[in-house]
Amino acid sequence: MKEVINLPVKNIEEEEYHINMGPQHPSTHGVLRLVVSLQGEIVKSLKPHCGYIHRGIEKMCEKDTYPQIIHLTDRMDYLSAHINNHAVCLLVEKALEVEVPERVKYIRTIVDELNRIASHQLWWCSFGMDMGGLTCFFYGLRDREKILDIFEESFGSRLLHSYYTPGGLMMDIHPDFQKNVKVFIKYFRKKIKDYDDLLSGNVIMQLRTKGVGVISKEDAISFGMTGPTGRGSGFSCDVRKHHPYGVYEKVQFNEIVRTEGDTLARYLNRMDEMRESMNIIEQLIDNIPAGDYTAKMKAVIKLPAGEYFQRVESARGELGVYVVSDGNKTPFRMKFRTPSFSNLSTLDYVSRGCKIADLVAIGASMDYVIPDIDR
Amino acid sequence: MDTAALKERILGLVPEATLVENKQFLTFVIPAAKMHDLALKLKYEADLAFDYLFCQSGVDMVKTLQVVYHLESTTLIHQLELKVETADRENPVFDTVCDIWMTAEFHEREIFDLMGIRFNNHPDLRRLFLDEEWKGYPLRKDYVDEVNIVEL
Repeated sequence: MKEVINLPVKNIEEEEYHINMGPQHPSTHGVLRLVVSLQGEIVKSLKPHCGYIHRGIEKMCEKDTYPQIIHLTDRMDYLSAHINNHAVCLLVEKALEVEVPERVKYIRTIVDELNRIASHQLWWCSFGMDMGGLTCFFYGLRDREKILDIFEESFGSRLLHSYYTPGGLMMDIHPDFQKNVKVFIKYFRKKIKDYDDLLSGNVIMQLRTKGVGVISKEDAISFGMTGPTGRGSGFSCDVRKHHPYGVYEKVQFNEIVRTEGDTLARYLNRMDEMRESMNIIEQLIDNIPAGDYTAKMKAVIKLPAGEYFQRVESARGELGVYVVSDGNKTPFRMKFRTPSFSNLSTLDYVSRGCKIADLVAIGASMDYVIPDIDR
Repeated sequence: MDTAALKERILGLVPEATLVENKQFLTFVIPAAKMHDLALKLKYEADLAFDYLFCQSGVDMVKTLQVVYHLESTTLIHQLELKVETADRENPVFDTVCDIWMTAEFHEREIFDLMGIRFNNHPDLRRLFLDEEWKGYPLRKDYVDEVNIVEL
């Protein structure tokens, strides 16, 4: 018979210890490393370690012209690439006081909203997967594919489009664009009911998210939590409503705000936003005015010396672009205020006192895109 | 509060503030020593109520180093831009505002990491993106790094 060695048993309930989540971990959705301090199963504190894919986009921008910078912004929040492009285009147009054709504004607004739906679909995939429901991943990706097909047909690429240029668009939309978008909306209105049946109404999912990771409105504002995440805490921060651009002034839509501030509120906000985006597209898709797809722009774009700021509502929250120009064709300093970066700073505060399994749910409900944090 | 009234109000609080021409926001350069006091008043006085710091950036203006604050009031819907600057490139130090707007904690870490500006009373001022051993501050205009830089 073998001799059994008795090791001294530590009381892990009392002792604090650290574990690393990431940089290679499915629930961090990219190369983000979280050093979590635990006591038993309870999160005591959390330190995010960023920078694994920091590319120095802000430094690169100082050597690039404005049309080149648009291609870099795609690579920040790659799930809302069109909306990032929109921010830089609007900034250049504002600085040069260029009036873009109505047709461009309509197309940009429609494409932004399609991009928002596609982004939220992928979020729903990964949220479901983080909660243990792998079916969500297949359902979500199946429907996102339809939007990517529309993008591919019209803009020639599926993820990093660089479709907007300062003053307009790279090319006109495909003749079938309007028809295909209408077919997609009809299709997705049916399918989003499946999403609710599968996950939103699920008892396990509700028990794991209701009252978990609560953050108050005051703290959400102080942390600069924007997008569906901030609006889950009652912070009315929709840039489309407060500082409209494109044709958002002309369409009827509701700003989705919930006051519970928990993971479920953030989840439901995104589900409602997909419906609201479809409402916006439906109001615009038949009314795209005829005209040019770009305004006349000079070959070399030089912004007048001064500073400019542009805010847009990306799928994750408020994206701000701050430019200091010295009158050259490249910016003197370019700063991106990205939504994921500010939302990440709340994670330590929100997850303290939660179980480690809840941390995964909270992280999923914040919807980080890591290149958007690291830039 | 409209722009003219806000301008008077800020000049009342900090008479040394200098107005900067800017088409979009009302912009002031604030003496660095007065910034923290002003920030407290901006957030907690009822007629100002700037509760949302929506952007904080470090800018290297070659002669000076600046930190730019973009503020908004979510209740009164007015915006303001503030700047603090220093000519000391060797050891630039400002007061932190992360006790007032919590989002500043990460923004200030980023500014310290890439621009080399230190913040007094910051709870955890470490590099955010780069290694602790990294030499120099990449977003500065005079930064040269033969090893890591890629010339386009």
